[in-house]
Amino acid sequence: MDSINLRARDEAFIREVEKESGQNISTCYQCGNCTAGCPCGPVYDLQVNQIMRAIQLGDKKTVLEAASPWLCVSCSTCSARCPNDIDVARVMDTVRHIGRREGKTKYVINAFWDSFLQTVRFCGRSYELGIMALFMLRTGRFYTDLDLAPRMLPKKKMPYLPHLIRGKAAVSRIFKRFNDMQQYDD
Amino acid sequence: MRIGVFICHCGSNIAGTVDCAQVAKNATAFPDVAFATDTMYACSEPGQDAIVAAVKEHHLDGVVVASCTPRMHEPTFRRTVERAGLNRYMFEMANIREHVSWIGKDKEANTNKATELVRMAVEKLRRDAPLYTKKFDSVKKVLVIGGGVAGIQAALDCADAGIQVVMVERETSIGGKMAKLDKTFPTVDCSSCILGPKMVDVAQHPNIKLLAASEVTNVSGYVGNFTVSIKRRATYVDWSKCTGCGLCTEKCPSKKTPDKFNEFMGPTTAINIPFPQAIPKKAAINPDYCRKIKDGKCGVCAKVCPTGAINYEMQDEVITEQVGAIVAASGYDLMDWTVYGEYGAGRYPDVITSLQYERLLSAAGPTGGHIQRPSDGKEPKSVVFIQCVGSRDRSIGRPYCSGFCCMYTAKQAVLTKDHIPDSQSYVFYMDIRAPGKMYDEFTRRAMEEYGTEYIRGRVSCIQPNGRGQYLVRGVDTLMGKPVEVLADLVVLAVGVEGAKGAGKLAETLHISYDHYGFFMESHCKLRPVETNTAGVFLAGACQGAKDIPSSVAQGSGAAAKVIGLLSKPQLESDPQISVVDIKRCVGCGKCVDVCPFQAITKQSIRGEVKAQVIEAVCQGCGLCVATCPQGAIQLSHFTDNQILAEVNALCQC
Repeated sequence: MDSINLRARDEAFIREVEKESGQNISTCYQCGNCTAGCPCGPVYDLQVNQIMRAIQLGDKKTVLEAASPWLCVSCSTCSARCPNDIDVARVMDTVRHIGRREGKTKYVINAFWDSFLQTVRFCGRSYELGIMALFMLRTGRFYTDLDLAPRMLPKKKMPYLPHLIRGKAAVSRIFKRFNDMQQYDD
Repeated sequence: MRIGVFICHCGSNIAGTVDCAQVAKNATAFPDVAFATDTMYACSEPGQDAIVAAVKEHHLDGVVVASCTPRMHEPTFRRTVERAGLNRYMFEMANIREHVSWIGKDKEANTNKATELVRMAVEKLRRDAPLYTKKFDSVKKVLVIGGGVAGIQAALDCADAGIQVVMVERETSIGGKMAKLDKTFPTVDCSSCILGPKMVDVAQHPNIKLLAASEVTNVSGYVGNFTVSIKRRATYVDWSKCTGCGLCTEKCPSKKTPDKFNEFMGPTTAINIPFPQAIPKKAAINPDYCRKIKDGKCGVCAKVCPTGAINYEMQDEVITEQVGAIVAASGYDLMDWTVYGEYGAGRYPDVITSLQYERLLSAAGPTGGHIQRPSDGKEPKSVVFIQCVGSRDRSIGRPYCSGFCCMYTAKQAVLTKDHIPDSQSYVFYMDIRAPGKMYDEFTRRAMEEYGTEYIRGRVSCIQPNGRGQYLVRGVDTLMGKPVEVLADLVVLAVGVEGAKGAGKLAETLHISYDHYGFFMESHCKLRPVETNTAGVFLAGACQGAKDIPSSVAQGSGAAAKVIGLLSKPQLESDPQISVVDIKRCVGCGKCVDVCPFQAITKQSIRGEVKAQVIEAVCQGCGLCVATCPQGAIQLSHFTDNQILAEVNALCQC
């Protein structure tokens, strides 16, 4: 097992997380309240407090390669329980943003996010069947979760046609504006 | 006037970033400066001797020392100039360490700033006048507020030294929190067995006057001469007749009165004696639950009382006492833990505080020392302890460590195993803080010999599982995995705060207190039992969370301070106080209103109303000086002229 190199602390990464999340990572004293309340803890590879510790250590590689941020459901229980008022859910979100920006998204969840956002862009809200189709195309995983379809379809949990909302053009413009800003930033 | 200036190097503390020799050279050019030099350590013995020698050699009338903060060494140098034959107030100090050398690295700028500060001090000293202290008598009596272990210790030590003690206790018995405990760490000896004799000593000591069921309502006066108003709450029992036989408590029909002493773990009677070792062992009626007082129908206790001590017509009574010093020992209370929704916010009967658990463990408690769950009275086989409930939690405004919870939790885990050998205790903790003598060894014993399961992590929720147990979900951060435990009983190590009403008491005593109701000591390291109000001292957990040994030590410490103060034949007043120029005073009385010490009164001089400062009471805060619309009040040693001279000196540099 590799030992932790305390001299190789990636200060820029710590500052990046702190700036984007608006949270002071050094106030975390590792009590474990975030992990204790996390509903996804059982499926995480690194627990929330370990992610926080890795950020404190400036261990960018460990943080960005962890599956946990992508499995986080953003329920914000961690933020509610934190005795030091750290918005931990926001830190997890920031980690996902940085991961996406740096192309460190080896998990298929990224494909799911893209598919989800794409349907929102065109329908103004999520379109489940569309997400499924796009996700399958992106990942090539045609049979994943297909067993759920027979049960969901009769309950109309997965309508064949998208529900369009009235302001879908406005939602679309938000996406466009975001893309323009990103290009401007680049 | 001939002034001597001494620039201290403070080793390299000042000399590292200030050119001290240059500052001394610059100082020779200031008006009235007859001598200036730099010195390695002005406060050391050779440093002080050099000041004395220079005063004599150069015939100096005043001395400026530029060194550290006056809080540190002003008294030292005042004594030095006195030794040299000068008045102790012909001395000024310029702080060139905290205000200059420690806060800047630019040597040239620092040297300039130090020179300016010295110049200000010189200008102030040129306008100083000798001041003389006055002597006054003090009352050789001390008021101890609170009858917990700290107050008891302070009272006994003072009384043994021959000082009269008035002890005021809010409850009907002294003993405080320690009387509620079953055993004490780290020796696991019986709490009431070691406290009981001390409580009896208080009751029997000829120098101690014990006022239970009483509260301090007003304090006026000053060090050596306080006048204290004490409200004696009506107990509806004439304590001079009550023998503590307990017949009334057996017959009282109102058997569902909340039992404050037992932390509400069981009901008691409307007339009761809180616990068998109570001092004074006298009955008192809770008027909110007494049927006679509420509805006028009952009177059973009056019928059975063999001495006729019951008096339903009793009224509160206010008495006054004259004392020379006050020891505040009002203790602590648990914070309101029901802010934590994840622990049930008080909805689950079997989630209790550690103090409630103490009462369940105690042989004198509501269950007779058998651990029984509040919900169904069953013996718990699985007990979960959660530490740091309301401690070290910034999000609810409790950033501090309560200090003793780690230890009593370990003790309670040990006692649980003693009471129920086939039980298992689990302790969820963040860090184990056991820094006292034999403390860490004790927590190790709890783990190694008593098999207590310590889990490094927090609990996120407690849920009833519908079968009488509680599912406790937490984390083991060392393994990085969630943990679930089924518990029969959950004990919360709830953090502490200043006792209820501590803020009001602090205002009555004119002392400072923090957000959490703890009283502020005068200096966190060097004056831990003094307050900023002369003659008022602190003992025990009212100053900050403390365990029993520390509370007892501080009780003795406060007593030593009281004895030192009151053993002087007469007290000296500080002459740095307000002085009224009666020619300018128009008698508007604004100064009387703003004075926080009631040190100013109105007097009539030849038919005109004028302000008068009571010299021994004035603390020299200067509020009246700032308030006076006529500029008729001046603070000796800090007159307007002196402060303006300092400002001028600064602006002319």
